[in-house]
Amino acid sequence: MKNFSLLIQQLDRLTKTGDKVKVLSDYFKTATQKDILWAIAIWSHRRPKRPVSTTLLRSWAAELAEVDSWLFEDSYHIVGDLAETIALLTCHKEQSLKPKKESLSSIIEDLIALRERSEEQKKEYIITKWTELDYFGSFTFTKLLTGGFRIGISQKLMTKALEKAFDIPSDEIAYRLMGKWDPREVTLKELLFNNDQEANRSRPYPFFLAYPIENSLEDLGNVSQWSVEHKWDGIRAQLIKRNETFAIWSRGEELITEQFPELHRIKYQLKDDVVLDGEIIPIKDGLPDHFRILQKRLNRKRITKSLLHEAPVVFRAYDLLELQGKDLREQTYFERRKYLENLEFSDPLQLSKFEVLNTWQEVEKERLRSKEVKSEGLMLKRIDSTYGVGRKKGDWFKYKNDPLNCDAVLTYVMRGHGRRSSLYTDFTFALWDKDPKDTEAQLVTFAKAYSGLTDQEFKEINRWIRSNALEKFGPVRAVKPELVFEIAFEGVAPSARHKSGYATRFPRIVRWRKDIKIEEANQIEDLKNLVR
Amino acid sequence: MKTDLLSFTSKGIYCAAADVYLDPWRPVDKAIISHAHADHSRYGNKKYIAHHHSVPVMKHRLGAVNVQGVSWNEPFSVNGIQFTLYPAGHIIGSSLIKVTHKGKVALFTGDYKLEDDGISTPLEMQRCHTLITECTFGLPIFRWKPQQEVFAEIESWWSFNRQHAFTSVIYAYSLGKAQRLLHNLKADHGPILVHPAIAAVNESLSSIVSFGHVETLSADKNPIDYPGAMLILPPSGREAKYLKKWGELKTASASGWMATRGNRRRRNVDRGFVISDHCDFDALNTCIKYSEADKVICTHGFTDIYSKYLREIGFNARTEYVEFEEEEIEESKDSMV
Repeated sequence: MKNFSLLIQQLDRLTKTGDKVKVLSDYFKTATQKDILWAIAIWSHRRPKRPVSTTLLRSWAAELAEVDSWLFEDSYHIVGDLAETIALLTCHKEQSLKPKKESLSSIIEDLIALRERSEEQKKEYIITKWTELDYFGSFTFTKLLTGGFRIGISQKLMTKALEKAFDIPSDEIAYRLMGKWDPREVTLKELLFNNDQEANRSRPYPFFLAYPIENSLEDLGNVSQWSVEHKWDGIRAQLIKRNETFAIWSRGEELITEQFPELHRIKYQLKDDVVLDGEIIPIKDGLPDHFRILQKRLNRKRITKSLLHEAPVVFRAYDLLELQGKDLREQTYFERRKYLENLEFSDPLQLSKFEVLNTWQEVEKERLRSKEVKSEGLMLKRIDSTYGVGRKKGDWFKYKNDPLNCDAVLTYVMRGHGRRSSLYTDFTFALWDKDPKDTEAQLVTFAKAYSGLTDQEFKEINRWIRSNALEKFGPVRAVKPELVFEIAFEGVAPSARHKSGYATRFPRIVRWRKDIKIEEANQIEDLKNLVR
Repeated sequence: MKTDLLSFTSKGIYCAAADVYLDPWRPVDKAIISHAHADHSRYGNKKYIAHHHSVPVMKHRLGAVNVQGVSWNEPFSVNGIQFTLYPAGHIIGSSLIKVTHKGKVALFTGDYKLEDDGISTPLEMQRCHTLITECTFGLPIFRWKPQQEVFAEIESWWSFNRQHAFTSVIYAYSLGKAQRLLHNLKADHGPILVHPAIAAVNESLSSIVSFGHVETLSADKNPIDYPGAMLILPPSGREAKYLKKWGELKTASASGWMATRGNRRRRNVDRGFVISDHCDFDALNTCIKYSEADKVICTHGFTDIYSKYLREIGFNARTEYVEFEEEEIEESKDSMV
């Protein structure tokens, strides 16, 4: 644990990716196999289930720190990270005890065993650790107990470090790390070095991702080199059929086969073994339905009949990565599409069509059809591109519909989390419920947004907040309605849960409209016209 | 809201009986100043009263102003009302301001800290009926280590950098933190150079304190002559063009805000050293308990949370709005120098 928490401390001090890769690869070169396996597991989101709820952790930490729970919670809100809050609150005392020498893997094994223990035993174990460990030890320990171990080490950075340590290409590592594996059941050799794919037939390929178009379409060169298809608003997924194995993986590398029972028919529809890349989309009257319909299906343990009926889905395929056991990723998109279109399609397996157009004007025109076909814009893929790993600029682009916009009034502010914990950065915005000229018009909350302003603007707004804050509700402050911001969002849908009656998708701040008075902000009514 | 002796107005904390303001944020006729930081000692007042050690820096920063210097522990009278300054331990010259009238005592802390930093005269906390206190770090997550430990960390970082031929850069406020670093860092680790803004403050303090061999950073200094150097810059000095020729820089920030990861990452420095010229949570509690005040007013910092805490431990505490700035937000205050 000492070595691992030292690693965390070192990583915490580094700002450059290259330095982090080096430190992490040094760790991989020197740590024990078991520790390495667990480190990989942690940074590829395979942390064992937490043995206690964070509610209990919070109350035990408050007790150990001798602070009331409200003060603990307020502190947590300002720090923004539970493990850090606990370390800050409980580690100020001189380290009283010498920590036992324990490895990362032994701590994790303890934590797994702890799940079966009584609450008192759990509490005793955890409080002992908090008391024994130094600041970074405690921080690391609590991070292992909770959350996703987010400390600025992405899976990509980790695979780079593994590449450096073991001289295996990082693409290959990414592939090997996908799918199901348990650090307690594999050896490092099996995980990273064995060529034997038998062990895991369900494994997907790393997803190839698209960049948004930044400049003009003309910059992409010759239009005849680009495949144009509509971008479906659903869950990006790989559908795998290899012999008797059938699996569906989401882009987040989660196995979601069980969540979509109606797609299981595809296993019998397909004659060949394939790995398909495509989108799971909800369907209504033959056309894609709102993404929010799909959201009802996610994170549900049991899919009820009524849910199946309410939100039927299809798998719309656009790429073929493997056919009859042969990896096609090195072939061009054009070639892969030829194989793909030879497959038999019938619901719930659909083909996402593509076209090669003659001019960029035609591409623009096609994008305007997205409302009609219910897509969120276009995907442009270079027809001679291979299927890469992760995000590589230049081959795949998304060309989304223009976002929707409105001007809204800032009404509530909250301190940010983590990096932004000392500033008010979480803003709530409101629109008028009727014509603002009407004396009874009121501002109604419609969206929250965090991103989109520069640090300088945040500072300026924070200065303004200090003299314009009205009431306080816990960490939230109401502010005088005075500032207007342009808010962009990807979509808007009626919602019974929101006060305004509408829910927006991915709202963000476009700019501070210093030129606009609050009476000129939009009305709720205006949102209605934006519903697609 | 009126307190017995001091009230909060749009111009600042006001003593009506003596017609004088404490650290006003709008221009007034007469002001008593707790310390020379820009948010407490502002432009435009007709007359200033401050401790002798604050006077040179105030003149340096504000120009030819009318400042009357007074001593600690020596009562003086303003329009017949008795005031006394006591050391506040925040920076050189920083003072608690006490006002006594008809048997009632009110105390304004300005900014203060309990730990003896070796260069500011240590805090002499006072008993009072009404206490107006800052609580910049009034949360239990803020607990400072003794400064020797922090200086040992800084020195070991500096020495590591020197061995790897990196130049060490610490960002610190030009008045206060910079002098505390200069006073406590042992120069045997290598040469120390300071930003001209810091050199100017040092110059103005020269009748009070001196720092031996400290050179001023400038475009004509050749880094080859200063192997393993430590550069001390105000937070606003990080864009200085001549830094480029100092080779690979390792940067650090020295501030109480560095206690949290979020703030360390926000500053985008290699290291954050947790060293503050304000009271931490325990020190605030110690001082407030010592004061035996029946009324505590929390001004800048985590005022709502901290005053709620004080009420729970039995104090009659509330908050008031002031226009002193949180250093995290107003990190560019040094650029005015």
